[in-house]
Amino acid sequence: MSPLFSTQAGCAAVFAPRKEPALVLKRLATVPKLASVTPASQLEVRSSPEMVSSGIREIDALAGGLPRGCLSEICGSASSGRTSVLLAALAAATRREEVCALVDTTDALDAISAAAAGVELERLLWIRCGGGRRASDNRPEVRRPTSDARSLEQALRVTDLLLQSGGFGLVAIDLGDVSHSEARRMPLASWFRFQRAVEPTPTVLLVVAQEPCAQTCASLLIRLQSGKKLSAFSCQLSVQSELGPAHAQLLDGLQIEGELLRSRLQRKPAQSVTAAFATKAVRVS
Amino acid sequence: MTRGVLFSPLARAGRRRHKLRADSWRLRVFLTTDDRRLITEMPFACIFVSDFPVEALLRAEPDLRSQAVAVLEGKAPLQKIFAANEKGRRAGVSPGMTKLQVEACTDLVLRARSSLQEAAAHAALLDCAQSFSPRVEDAGCGTVLLDLAGLEPLFGPLPKIARDVARRACDLGLEANVAVASNPDAAVLAAHGFSGVIVIPEGREAEQLGSLPVEVLFMNEESLQLLEILERWGIRNLRALAALPDVALSERLGQEGIRLQQLARGCASRSLVPVETPLVFEEAVELEYPLILLEPLAFLLSRLLEQLCARLSARALATQELHLDLTLGNTTDDVGTDAPVRPSSGQGRAQARQTFHRSLRLPVPLLDPKVFLKLLQLDLNAHPPGAPIVKICLSAEAVRPRATQGGLFLPPSPEPEKLELTLARIAGIVGPNNVGSLQLLDTHRPEGFRMNRFAPGQRQKQPARNENDKSSEDAARKQNEGAVTALRIFRPPGRAAVTLREGRPVHIACPKRKEICGEILWAAGPWRSSGDWWEQEGWARDEWDIALQEATGITLYRLVRDLLSGQWQVEGSYD
Repeated sequence: MSPLFSTQAGCAAVFAPRKEPALVLKRLATVPKLASVTPASQLEVRSSPEMVSSGIREIDALAGGLPRGCLSEICGSASSGRTSVLLAALAAATRREEVCALVDTTDALDAISAAAAGVELERLLWIRCGGGRRASDNRPEVRRPTSDARSLEQALRVTDLLLQSGGFGLVAIDLGDVSHSEARRMPLASWFRFQRAVEPTPTVLLVVAQEPCAQTCASLLIRLQSGKKLSAFSCQLSVQSELGPAHAQLLDGLQIEGELLRSRLQRKPAQSVTAAFATKAVRVS
Repeated sequence: MTRGVLFSPLARAGRRRHKLRADSWRLRVFLTTDDRRLITEMPFACIFVSDFPVEALLRAEPDLRSQAVAVLEGKAPLQKIFAANEKGRRAGVSPGMTKLQVEACTDLVLRARSSLQEAAAHAALLDCAQSFSPRVEDAGCGTVLLDLAGLEPLFGPLPKIARDVARRACDLGLEANVAVASNPDAAVLAAHGFSGVIVIPEGREAEQLGSLPVEVLFMNEESLQLLEILERWGIRNLRALAALPDVALSERLGQEGIRLQQLARGCASRSLVPVETPLVFEEAVELEYPLILLEPLAFLLSRLLEQLCARLSARALATQELHLDLTLGNTTDDVGTDAPVRPSSGQGRAQARQTFHRSLRLPVPLLDPKVFLKLLQLDLNAHPPGAPIVKICLSAEAVRPRATQGGLFLPPSPEPEKLELTLARIAGIVGPNNVGSLQLLDTHRPEGFRMNRFAPGQRQKQPARNENDKSSEDAARKQNEGAVTALRIFRPPGRAAVTLREGRPVHIACPKRKEICGEILWAAGPWRSSGDWWEQEGWARDEWDIALQEATGITLYRLVRDLLSGQWQVEGSYD
């Protein structure tokens, strides 16, 4: 009767502890079953991704820019400057003559702001989620999800298609107005899928949300918040001269602070690293 | 004795009397190595498709090529056999038999004659000829003549050209005989008489054509009186006809007899009558039974698209616009209640009388039937015909193919084919109006933009700019660097109840957005604007920028008062 397991004499000799490491490697290569196994000592270190400008000098100084082939996340509450950073990144990418896509989950993009930020609109594919017809719409017995959930479902499917299509320099998912509870329901598997899809490509995948939702899939995580001066609104107001009209008090801009929460590309700093910048107000005149 | 050498793509020049069979056609070249020196001027080729009505149907249904097929003509119950393929003839089917007579043949496939498919097949044949020579004569149903003069430097020696013509016809779904001779009539006779590919050297026409039966001379003629006379005389082949004395033949048959004899000798000469075929690429199929599902429709569309793309490819063209015309049957008669085709609204319904039209416009010229099929499928899924389909007609607008040169250092951009498919799929998810690129309109009206078709490669190149323009552009870029205070639009805007004090908002409550409620910490404005007052859609509004204290911090909103209706709305938030 043959034994269930057999130990080959060759393998036993290979794993003999007294052999030299180089000799062991040579012997390993001769074993057919282990021929395809790469020893850990010969594994190549993954090259660091190419970094591209985010369009804001302070963010570039803080994080080194946005990494290609990685998922980057920018989070913050309302009026924390997330959309300003998003538009700046889109503008920088289109200035590099790259084709960009914006998956607008809540249909919140302002065309005038985008143009003022310098986005070349011809190179920007804008996908406004929330519309369209669903297959389950004709079945009344199926419980229809909330509009947020439906938009999120569409955003996930659209992002999948965009990443599979390839060729985009930057794909941005805007979850800025999606509540955190809804955003957390997005399956982690989707984020892993996005990360794997974008990894071998030169695409920057940028997610804008209220709270971090991609978790460990994000290679770069920056939290934005309003600057401390925001509470004192006088600093954002450009008060015109006394001779001007009474209504000349206008919003001049926002003071934004960004904090680097996670970066796979560098060691975690001992203390928080922040950067501050200001935004300029846009008004059609 | 016939001196001949059989060539195939694998046979070497100089071999004698080898008979090789290619995949779908036979090549017989009756010449030796020495004879090839004689082929100095053989400028005409004839492409002939035997059993053309059957071949036209087999082009649409290539699976039937291995079976006996016959084509019926006429109205039931008086249908008669119009044509049959070789296997059908071997099974005993001949033209003129009634449908009742041939129904005894169990393996015989019967199809109704389709003039649409015959026209498409003939157009494909002309495309095949036009892809080699600009001088092409349309010599009737399934026969095309082309002038090969001057083509040898381009396409190689004449036997190779003949082989390539036959192969191109095969790619277009037609098994054709190709004959090359020094005059058009000899080429036509050889194509009608010999199957496969034949090249007749100059001066040997009578010798090569001599073995053909005299019936070849009367293939396209309705009056067979002369044929009967020749048969009574015992003339069975062209060699016998060519050997008759001229004067005696003229005395008995007149000029027509002389003409036939010249044809038999291969020495008739005439000029080619070239036609200019319009660049119309259209394929159609009439269905015996109405289609009620989109899957079999996709199957048929795939065949039509492959034929269409093969024709375009033969003419070195591509297409940027596809038109699909579906003739619809009667819904109540042809389809049950569980039919998956749904009534469509708006654009697709062209006429009340059952025609359904869809157009597919592409940003760049493409020539990939798979891409076209997927795009048509996505389009038909979004816009179903609404009734059973009885006829499919697909046409393409021919344009020059895209000529682009890739660069190593160009920024990444999506491939046009993939991008089109991706856009179509995304449009199926979010709706066709919700995907595209933005274009700002020349207006101050809120939401003054429109969605355009996304085509990043279509951007027109700017003319050469001078230094001043470049410097001003650089200055504008530098000015754009950095962040602007972006607005996030609420679509639709939320109505709000606003309390004013001394003309300024001090309190706001927005029922649809619970977080926008409370005392206004700060308000800047108003920014007044108006426009289009000369039209019915005039607008006037005051904009305020307000700050509210929320749980997450201070949030800035844009508050708008419509001066025409007096309503307050929260238009968006600054972010």
